[in-house]
Amino acid sequence: MRVFLYLSCLGLVVFVAYWAYTENYTTQASSRRVDNLHQQIAQEREALSVLNAEWAYLNRPDRLRDLVEMNFDSLGLVPLAAQHFAELEDIPLPPAALGIPNLPVSVKSVTPVAEEGKDFP
Amino acid sequence: MRREPLRPLAQVIHTREQGENPDMIEARARAKRNQAIAVKHRLRAENRLLILGLAFVVGFGAIGAKMGMLANSAPAETAYFASTSKIINQRADITDRNGNVLATNLTTQALYAQPPLMVDGVKAAKDLVEIFPDLDLDRLTRDFTSGKRKFIWLKKRISPEQRQLVHDLGEPGLLFGNREMRLYPNGKLAAHILGGTRFGEEGVRAAEVLGVAGVEKYFDDMLRDPALEGSPLQLSLDLSAQSATREVLEDGMIYMNAKGAAAILMDVHTGEILSMVSLPDFDPNERPRPATTGDASDSPLFNRAAQGVYELGSTFKIFTVATSLEKGLANPNTMIETKSPMKWGKFPIRDYKNYGPELSVQDVIMKSSNVGTARMALAAGTSAQKDMLKSLGFFEEVPVELIEASQTKPLLPKRWSDISTITISYGHGLSATPLHLATAYASMANGGYAVKPTLQRLDVTEAKGARVMSERTSQQLVNMLRRVVNDENGTATMGEVPGYEVAGKTGTAEKPNAQGGYDKKKVIATFASVFPASNPKYTLVVALDEPEINAVGEDRRTAGWTAVPVAAEIIARVAPILGLRPLAPKQPITYTQTSNQ
Repeated sequence: MRVFLYLSCLGLVVFVAYWAYTENYTTQASSRRVDNLHQQIAQEREALSVLNAEWAYLNRPDRLRDLVEMNFDSLGLVPLAAQHFAELEDIPLPPAALGIPNLPVSVKSVTPVAEEGKDFP
Repeated sequence: MRREPLRPLAQVIHTREQGENPDMIEARARAKRNQAIAVKHRLRAENRLLILGLAFVVGFGAIGAKMGMLANSAPAETAYFASTSKIINQRADITDRNGNVLATNLTTQALYAQPPLMVDGVKAAKDLVEIFPDLDLDRLTRDFTSGKRKFIWLKKRISPEQRQLVHDLGEPGLLFGNREMRLYPNGKLAAHILGGTRFGEEGVRAAEVLGVAGVEKYFDDMLRDPALEGSPLQLSLDLSAQSATREVLEDGMIYMNAKGAAAILMDVHTGEILSMVSLPDFDPNERPRPATTGDASDSPLFNRAAQGVYELGSTFKIFTVATSLEKGLANPNTMIETKSPMKWGKFPIRDYKNYGPELSVQDVIMKSSNVGTARMALAAGTSAQKDMLKSLGFFEEVPVELIEASQTKPLLPKRWSDISTITISYGHGLSATPLHLATAYASMANGGYAVKPTLQRLDVTEAKGARVMSERTSQQLVNMLRRVVNDENGTATMGEVPGYEVAGKTGTAEKPNAQGGYDKKKVIATFASVFPASNPKYTLVVALDEPEINAVGEDRRTAGWTAVPVAAEIIARVAPILGLRPLAPKQPITYTQTSNQ
C-alpha cells in the first residue's frame, strides 16, 4: 500500500512536470507566433497604406478630369449639371399592370439623354 | 572484515582455570560489538541530516533567489500589448468629409554615411554625385576622407530607384534610415488648408513629422497622438466641390486677368467650409520656402481667403441695411435720399452714377448706392453699426481651425468717427478677410444666428450660436439680395443660375496705394452670395485680385463683370455635386411688402 502511494505520487510529479513544460513551450511558441503575426499585420498595414495612397493618387480629380477629356469620344462624360436631376414622373415607367409600386420617392440623378438636334449641355 | 567470536575458546579455558564465569567474556564481547554498531548508525544518521539540510538550503535558496529577482525586476507587459503600438502610423491621415484621402504617409528612406566604415571614400563620393547631381563632389570627398566626420546626413528622402542605385554601389559606409513621409495625393488641391509638414527631430531609424501650416499645424498634437490609434482627421471639405471650385476659379482668374483669387463655400447652418480655394497656390508635397523679400501676399503660400485682409466694398451694404431693419428705422420700401454727391464735412460721398433724388431701401441694395447706405448708417448711429459688425464677427480673428486665420486680425479704424461710419457702411475703412465675409453672410442668411466657421466635419444639420438678427430681417435681406441678381437693373445679373435662386451682393473696392490714396485701376472685386434664396443652404464668396477684362468695348473691373460670372459658374458646377436639386422654374420672386410700423 505504501509503495503504491509513493509510486503514484512520483507518477503525479512526473506528469505535472511534463504538463508544465509543455504548457510553457506552447505559450512561448504562441507568443512567438503572435509576434510574427503582429509583424505581418504591420507589414500588411504598411502595404495597405501604400495602396491607399496610390488609390488616392490615381483618383486625384486632376487626373480623372484629364482621363475624362481624353476618353470623351467613347464615354461622353460631362460635369454634373442641374439638368441632370429628374423627377420620377419624367421616367417612362412600365404600365401599372406589371405591379410596380408607386412609391413616393424621387430619383436623384439619371443618365442624361440627348434630345434630338441638341448636344449635351 | 574479520568477525570476532563471542566466546573465544582460549579465553574460556583460561577463565575456567581461574575459576571465573566464562559468560562474562561473552557479555563483554557482545557489549563491545553493540557499541561499534551504534557508532556506525549514528554517523550515518548525521550524514543523512546533513544532506537533507543541504537539500533544503538549496531548495529554499533557489525559491528565495527567484523571489528576489522577481521583486527587483521591472514589471513588463506581455508581448501582446508591447507589439500593438508599433503598427500604428506615426501621423494620422486627413480625409475629406466623404473619407477621400487628403494627406497620408508613405515610408521612404533617408541616406546617411559613416566614413569610418567606408572602403573607398573617393570613389563613393564620385559615384554618389553621379546619382545625385545636386551633391557637391569636393565637399563629399573631403568629408569622406578627412577622418574627422563620423556621421553625415546626405539625403532626407530618396526614391526606391535611387535607393537601389546607392545599394548597388556596394559601399558599406552608405546606410539607409527609415523615414515616414507625408504625401498629399491631390497635389495643389486644398494646399492652403492642409499646409504642409517638415521633419523635426531626426534619428537613424525614424524622424518626427511636424506640421508647419494649415490644419497640419493646428491639429499637430492630435494627429501625432498615439492614443487615437491613427484614426483619421475628417475635414468638412468636399473633394469634388473643392476640385470643381478650384478649376472654375483658376479659369476665371486667367480669363479675368486677375493676379489672385479666392473662393469660400460654406454651409450657412453649420458653418462647415465645403471648399476654400486661394490662388495662386502651391504643391504641399514640395512646399516652397516663405519669401524673405517683397510682399508676403505675392507668395503662393499666402492664403487670400483666410489671411488676405481687404476692404470688401459694397458687400458690406447689406449689413448697414440689416442694422436699420433691426432697429426698426426702415423697411424694404422706405425711401432714402440718394442725391449724389453727398457732402460730409469736407468729404464728398459719390455714387457710381447718379441714381436720382431718392431710392427705396431695396433699390439702394439693388443698385448699390453709396449715398443711400451712408444716410442709413448715419441714421442708425455708430454704436448700432459697431454692434452689428461685432456680432457678425468682424472685430475678431475668424475662429477657424487654421493657424493662419488665428493670426489675422481685421483692420478697424483707430478712431471710429462719423466719416468712418459712413465709409464702413459701404465697405471702406474696415478691412477683413473673405472668410469673415462668408461667415457674416452665413449668419445673415441662415435665419439670423451666428455660426462658427469650421474645417472639421460636424455630424449635425444646424449649429446655432447667438442670435444676431431676427428671422424676419434675415428673410428680408435675402430677398433684397435676390433682386440684385434677378432684377434686370441689379448689379449681378450675370449671377443668375437657373434653378438655384442665387442671391448676392457685389463689391468693387479700389486698392489702397503706397501714397495713402486709392488706385483707380487696381480693385478687389468680390461677390458674396447665398443660394437658394427661398431656403438658403450655402454661401459662396468669390474675390478676384486686380481683375480687368475688355467686354462690350470697355475695360471693366467691377465685380458685376468679373467676380459674378465666375461665382455663377462655380454655383452651376458645385451645387449639383453637393446634391442640391434645382428648384423647378417658377415665377421670379417678387418682393412682398411687409409693414414695419
